[in-house]
Amino acid sequence: MAMSKHILSIQNICKSFPGVKALDGVSLDLQEGRVMALLGENGAGKSTLMKIISGIYTSDSGEILYEGKPVQFKNPREAQLQGITIIHQELNLIKDLSIGENIFLGREPQKVLGNIDWKKLFSDSDQLISKLGIKHSSEKLVGDLSMAEQQLVEIAKAVSFNAKVIIMDEPTDALTEAETKRLFTLIKELRADNKAIVFISHRLEEIFEICDDLTILRDGKRICEAKVADFTQDMIIENMVGRKLEEQYPYVAPKTGDVVLAVNKLENEHVHQVSFELKAGEVLGISGLVGSGRTELAKTLFGLYNTKSGDVMLNGEKVTFQSPADALAKGLVYISEDRKSEGLILGLSVAQNMTISSLNQLMGAFGNVDRKKEKAVVAEYIQKMSIKTPSQNQIIKLLSGGNQQKVAIAKGILNQPKVLILDEPTRGVDVGAKKEIYDIINTLKESGVGIIVISSEMPELLGISDRIMVLHEGKNKGILGRSEASQEKLMSCALQ
Amino acid sequence: MNKEFLRKYQSILMLLIFSGIIAIMNDRFLTVSNLTNVFRQSSINAVIAAGMTFVILTGGIDLAVGSVLAISSAICAYMLIAGFGVVPSVLAALVVGAISGSISGIIITKGKVQPFIATLVIMTFLRGATMVFTNGTPLTLGSAKSADAFYFLGNGNVLGLPVPILITIVVFGGAYYILTQTKMGRYVYAVGGNEEASRLSGLNTDRIKIFVYTISGLLAAVAGIIVTSRLSSAQPTAGTGYELDAIAAVVLGGTSLVGGKGKIMGTIIGVLIIGILNNSLNLMNISSYYQMIAKAAVILLAVLLDRKSQ
Repeated sequence: MAMSKHILSIQNICKSFPGVKALDGVSLDLQEGRVMALLGENGAGKSTLMKIISGIYTSDSGEILYEGKPVQFKNPREAQLQGITIIHQELNLIKDLSIGENIFLGREPQKVLGNIDWKKLFSDSDQLISKLGIKHSSEKLVGDLSMAEQQLVEIAKAVSFNAKVIIMDEPTDALTEAETKRLFTLIKELRADNKAIVFISHRLEEIFEICDDLTILRDGKRICEAKVADFTQDMIIENMVGRKLEEQYPYVAPKTGDVVLAVNKLENEHVHQVSFELKAGEVLGISGLVGSGRTELAKTLFGLYNTKSGDVMLNGEKVTFQSPADALAKGLVYISEDRKSEGLILGLSVAQNMTISSLNQLMGAFGNVDRKKEKAVVAEYIQKMSIKTPSQNQIIKLLSGGNQQKVAIAKGILNQPKVLILDEPTRGVDVGAKKEIYDIINTLKESGVGIIVISSEMPELLGISDRIMVLHEGKNKGILGRSEASQEKLMSCALQ
Repeated sequence: MNKEFLRKYQSILMLLIFSGIIAIMNDRFLTVSNLTNVFRQSSINAVIAAGMTFVILTGGIDLAVGSVLAISSAICAYMLIAGFGVVPSVLAALVVGAISGSISGIIITKGKVQPFIATLVIMTFLRGATMVFTNGTPLTLGSAKSADAFYFLGNGNVLGLPVPILITIVVFGGAYYILTQTKMGRYVYAVGGNEEASRLSGLNTDRIKIFVYTISGLLAAVAGIIVTSRLSSAQPTAGTGYELDAIAAVVLGGTSLVGGKGKIMGTIIGVLIIGILNNSLNLMNISSYYQMIAKAAVILLAVLLDRKSQ
């Protein structure tokens, strides 16, 4: 085994923003040919640290040694040219340009007259992407690729910069199981190629699968740096949250009531002949790969897509919703998987977001919104759901993912739902807040709400659901009871 | 605190500093009669800009306001000349304005047309319609039966305040109430902030958008009535270019063209900055050609300052 070399060494980095010390003397050592997991709850300082390494922020103090020399990158471009690339959670690709154009954006090969040498650009790109297992021509538009393929294009771009350090910020968040596997194969190849890789993820199973070392941050400080092999999942979580965690998936046995939602042979362009029932006080999980029609099923029930045939009974009454407004009025609430573009209005305050769908209940005498009443309601839910916010008037954009999600859920609950559909309720939410969201789900369950949870995280589904429905290509492939369900069974059920 | 304060009151500070400089340069500026004049002249732009604020808060734009002003002015004058009383004539003008605005809104929402294009179409159509309706010549009220009573709307005083200023105060009071106190106001900000999330939160986004264009059209008609009364006639070319002054005022007032962010009271400041600029250049006998150049410079400066502070 070759000795691995320290390629990037960060020493005692401090960074403050108005009001917060985001990083407090953090050190980190990256070695060639190793994958480092960077762990921590939201707000622990992971992103800030990565932004400093990749030149987006500059540190207040501390030193970065790259290949043995002190460096201070002024912008991401400079870091990139020297071989440090960050692949953001939200990909930075231009959807209307081709794969090749994206890879060589800003450094297109030119001919003598200054026109772009398209032939060279596309043949170079083809070479790059075929190595990564993208089967398309590099002339294909990025917008036509799946999320996973787009991620591969980002990696191709990094490789083309001859990157020595590649930082991946939650790369598997939007990927299916199969796509994740492919990404991991690729990461292993990059590791074999002596790249140093930083891997950020909230999914701890992945850490054990792909990472060699781990660094845990908490409140801007480094808590520990160690080999993954020396750690268990529980130890990681305890270090991240700074206290012992009890059961990660608290489960309460259901006291089910009447059927609140009965779906019979629902059919449209996204779902095919889907039938199922949901009882009051029950959590029905929906499992399925991205593209299995699970979000589309939820959106169809919510009145966003038309149905061709089949019917839906809500509380024994046949319903056809033309819009979310109709669905909300009848007590069916859907909370989107995509907080930023569908769930919240990021520029508005916590209070304004929370009450936006239920202002009818808060009207004053003069057609006005009764601020006093509103304030009381919002305060109640902030307390009930332990939402961490400096005030009700805080712009919601500034809250962490978990707290944003809680506000989104509170917004739904304020409509007094009989059926609550949660789509990826813990995506981008850190471990501690995840548990709190499960507790909220359980409280609602006990109060008799019928709940549907859609999730890509199988342990989560298995942990909180009473029954799990498996969707594949828009079809219901079976419903498994809690006791019989397992990860393998769900997979084989989907693929049979 | 200092930076926060500056950002919050930036447009007011700008207005005060700007007025201060002009007051020093010209001693006729800070007189009651001149300031009253500034306010009265600004009332037309103010009323239009109030409606424009609603539209821009949803992330839209309304280019048709100048043409709406012209057609409602023409309708109003026509009816007065034909012997209808003040009330029916004014109501007819308001209805025409509101309908024009709502048509823009319907084209935008039901036809899924960009606001810029939809209102450009309505702007062009209404200008043409006004020309056809008036034969391209002004409609002069002259000795029409109710001309005197109507004259009061643009030129009269109540408690020492010119009526157009009173109308402006009422319009902004109403707009402030709607935007800050009512459900609809919340919805306007929500739709501008994130239309998809608003729809998923159960808002009828189409209805909200049609509402803001209707308000914009209605207020353009109010401005049209004031103009008709001020001039005692309806000019077929009235209101040309007014949409740009209104947009400038809204932007100067700190409202984001992307939507979702801004304050109606900022718009008042924006209107006053433009009004005082015009007035001061007049006081200094600067030719109207240079006035346009100066106006462009001030607006650019203001917007750049705003960007910098964000």
